[in-house]
Amino acid sequence: MNFVVQLSYLLAAVLFILGLKAMSSPRTARKGIMWAGAGMVLATLVTFLHPAVHGLTNYVLIVIAIAAAGGLAWWSGRRVGMTEMPQMVALYNGMGGGAAAAIAAVEMLRALRTLPNDLQMRAESLAADADISVQAATAALRAEGAGSVGIAGALGADVAILAILGAFIGTVAFSGSLIAWAKLDGRMKRSQLVPGQQIVNIVVFALAVLFGILTFFTDSALVVAVFFALGLLFGVFVAVPIGGADMPVIISLFNALTGLAVGFEGYAIGNPAMIIAGTVVGAAGTLLTQLMAKAMNRPITNVLFAGWGSSEGSTSEGPEGEMKDISAEDAGIMMAYAERVIIVPGYGMAVAQAQHKIWEFVELLQDRGVEVKFAIHPVAGRMPGHMNVLLAEAGVPYDMIFDMEDINEEFAMTDVAVVIGANDVVNPAARDDPSSPIYGMPILNVDEAENVMVIKRGGGAGFSGVENHLFYGENTRMVFGDGQKVAGGMVQAVKGL
Amino acid sequence: MAIEGFVAIYIFMLAAFAGFEVISRVPVILHTPLMSGSNFVHGIVVVGAMVVLGHAGTVIEQIIGFIAVLLAAGNAVGGYVVTERMLEMFKSKDEQKKGAEE
Repeated sequence: MNFVVQLSYLLAAVLFILGLKAMSSPRTARKGIMWAGAGMVLATLVTFLHPAVHGLTNYVLIVIAIAAAGGLAWWSGRRVGMTEMPQMVALYNGMGGGAAAAIAAVEMLRALRTLPNDLQMRAESLAADADISVQAATAALRAEGAGSVGIAGALGADVAILAILGAFIGTVAFSGSLIAWAKLDGRMKRSQLVPGQQIVNIVVFALAVLFGILTFFTDSALVVAVFFALGLLFGVFVAVPIGGADMPVIISLFNALTGLAVGFEGYAIGNPAMIIAGTVVGAAGTLLTQLMAKAMNRPITNVLFAGWGSSEGSTSEGPEGEMKDISAEDAGIMMAYAERVIIVPGYGMAVAQAQHKIWEFVELLQDRGVEVKFAIHPVAGRMPGHMNVLLAEAGVPYDMIFDMEDINEEFAMTDVAVVIGANDVVNPAARDDPSSPIYGMPILNVDEAENVMVIKRGGGAGFSGVENHLFYGENTRMVFGDGQKVAGGMVQAVKGL
Repeated sequence: MAIEGFVAIYIFMLAAFAGFEVISRVPVILHTPLMSGSNFVHGIVVVGAMVVLGHAGTVIEQIIGFIAVLLAAGNAVGGYVVTERMLEMFKSKDEQKKGAEE
């Protein structure tokens, strides 16, 4: 590899790490993505000078593929709405995993193609040295051991192991992310494909491991193909049972996995930029996944191997009391005369596209001297921090938005807490009722506020199917209706004062 | 270029520490853009895809290599666009006032 290419890859790796570092603070985040982008452009351009790249057809194919996919991704990425961000991240992530797996596939096919020549050459030289026939030398070489033939023989054991691992992780991340995308995009609702899904998953995984080992020794393309198919199947089977609140965790996990796959394939083809960038993403993504799982109080293994509440059929007793409702206008006026208001948004707010109206309402409250804050649960929305993005889009400055840990103490000193489109993350049962399926999940202590307003479409249970005790609380008033309309009603009421 | 045994393990280890370190103090509000940003960074797989398509020797290798570059370019470009759009919206109170005055 020539010096210019080497140096550019090094520079790109530095830019990626600095970029990610800058992205972890709101002040520098926009600079961060630009640095990383510059690194990507540099690395892509110098790869045209890479000595391994040759052949006019191949050059033309590369340019066509980049232009076509890049153009389509640019177009789709520009026009997608902020609420659809999670499925777009899942989609792009799946593509990365697929690319890593495809790289492994090409390398394995190349190894299989050069294998007979390799054996032939070695047999000929052995025949010349030992003064025996070429056939005898070939037989002797074959008898010598599995290490000298098969994919591992052609690639080297270390490269073969990492290429196989990367291929498996990449195929799982590819098909799994596509399922996650389909589910988030509402194209797929099923949570089970075959009866006894969990046992089937274990069997498929075991088969994939077996064929992974066979791939190491094989000189048959069929074995390699079966191995890839098993990886794809396993990815589908892992992602299908996962629903609702666990989705952010699984997307984050697939993101980390793709990073790892890219790092491993980087080793397989001797590309240091891929090794470093892939491993950094793998580690960062793993940490992010852990943070998320911790916020939900769900160990990763639970997320992966159990559907939400599928094993625990226990129904906790229905809450006592009844829901009391209030009109949007009265709710708005009540808040206009409050001193401290905290707004707790959930994904339902985004679905109703109510964030702009809510922000308009908050600005009116601020003009009247009301202190308003936003409280965000770590898993509000469909990805960690998704709600922040949606609020930012509506124009809410990030210094008004607080994490659960920072604001939970303040609910007790708050006049009105407004819950809009959130449910499980404010359910006191998670704190008080050990028989509840969501018991143990940290929640926002909304029920400690003096008054609670819940803006909600209907009276049903939440994402997890658990009844929310908050709605029946003594200090709770329900504002039934579409989030956007309710917010509009509150705006009118405050304007009319 | 080959990166031999232990040197490669050192690179993997140090890169993993860098990844943990870079993300360890990130505020929750940036989790989604950061996930999207790291999603963009593994789009570097595009250079590997270019190399394997570049040295493809048979039609089937060219087809799979072509798919690799297609997927990888989609990952890189799409990841960049959505991340940039999300981060574009993060503004503090001061910046927002400035923007309104302009």
